[in-house]
Amino acid sequence: MISVDIEKKLKAYEGVRTLKMTADFPAGSITHIYGPSGAGKSTLLKIIAGFIQPEKGKIIVDGTTWLDTSSKINFPPQKRMAGFVFQDYALFPNMSVQQHLEYATKDKAWIERLLAIGKLGTLSTHKPEHLSGGQQQRLAILRALAIKPKLLLMDEPFSALDTEMKSGLIGDLKSIFNDYATTVLIVSHNRNELEGLTGRELKIGDSN
Amino acid sequence: MAIANNPAAMDLTPIWLTLKLAAITTALLLVIGLPIAWWLSKGRSIIKVVLEALITMPLVLPPSVLGFYLLLAFSPRHGLGSWLQHVFNVQFVFSFQGLVLASVIYSMPFMMGPIKSALQQLPASLSQASCSLGKSKWQTFTHVLVPNIRPSLLTAIVLTFAHTLGEFGVVLMIGGNIPGVTRVASIAVYDSVEQMDYSTANAYSLILFAITFVLVISVFIFNKYRLKSPLE
Repeated sequence: MISVDIEKKLKAYEGVRTLKMTADFPAGSITHIYGPSGAGKSTLLKIIAGFIQPEKGKIIVDGTTWLDTSSKINFPPQKRMAGFVFQDYALFPNMSVQQHLEYATKDKAWIERLLAIGKLGTLSTHKPEHLSGGQQQRLAILRALAIKPKLLLMDEPFSALDTEMKSGLIGDLKSIFNDYATTVLIVSHNRNELEGLTGRELKIGDSN
Repeated sequence: MAIANNPAAMDLTPIWLTLKLAAITTALLLVIGLPIAWWLSKGRSIIKVVLEALITMPLVLPPSVLGFYLLLAFSPRHGLGSWLQHVFNVQFVFSFQGLVLASVIYSMPFMMGPIKSALQQLPASLSQASCSLGKSKWQTFTHVLVPNIRPSLLTAIVLTFAHTLGEFGVVLMIGGNIPGVTRVASIAVYDSVEQMDYSTANAYSLILFAITFVLVISVFIFNKYRLKSPLE
């Protein structure tokens, strides 16, 4: 179970607004987070991952407090080890596909499986600049999965994939999420693209 | 002078001394500069602003002013210089190690500037992605950040090396003109001109010009013309 109760001021064009959110995410659940642009969806994921600190809040994961601003507990991202799929992919320009995965894990068999899932086996020596947008996005997903995270945070993870590739990948991801009881939070503008993957929905932005 | 009329007999010691000084300075600045530039590239604080201003000072300060204060600070007659000599038996004034110290301070902005600027231009998500994989800040720095600023790193190394080759005012103030010890090429040129030995001055100058030109153009070619010119 992941409990999140945070408050963070966001700078917006029209002034400062506050992202307030209280929610529980059951272990192994997959939640689609949606809401208008600028509502703070990506910020929420970054707060949970430990990249951004909220003004106030508490994050408790399986009984362990990752963040509690009142008692100044704040685990660094390295200790949280939440898999993160970035909207801009954040691939390392100096590393090939294979090196990305080897940087994340030493498990060769797991790397082989991930390459097969992402259909990137034949491109394993390619660097990001030689991959298409869809291939880069798949690599970003595979890299996040490489550490077998208990919590996976995905920011617009399927935006560059075609329908066929997406449905195949989603099927494989469901199987992995089941195997490792991964709790997944997915930010996406398009509710339809997650069809068959998510069980829960959370809207951000109503109260802002 | 005999040297002037016979290039084969020209004393190359100042050239070797200059190359040795530039190599040691560049190596030291690389070791010191990388972590400091990394620290400076992350966020702003008053300490960082003050430190950055101090590092940038040699760019705008007359070299003789910097050399003068280094001479005062490290003179065996004064506090710090006297203490260093008595405790560590180290003398920075009129010695090669003094030239190294002055060069490190004087060339520091040339190493720091390109590295810090390149690190600031990398997207924050690169570091965040690495940290989310459980990698430490140091692993992130060595495996992700440094490899992705290679063109700027090369620029910094070459600019530092080339700038040290051309130092004059600072090294003259703190090192003087001791043959084989502190008489680097730029001082040898000045010395030769003072003695009206234009031929020797020309020989040293041509060698310095050639080395610097080859270095700079090599970086441009290595970076496939992507190198940002210091003139831009």
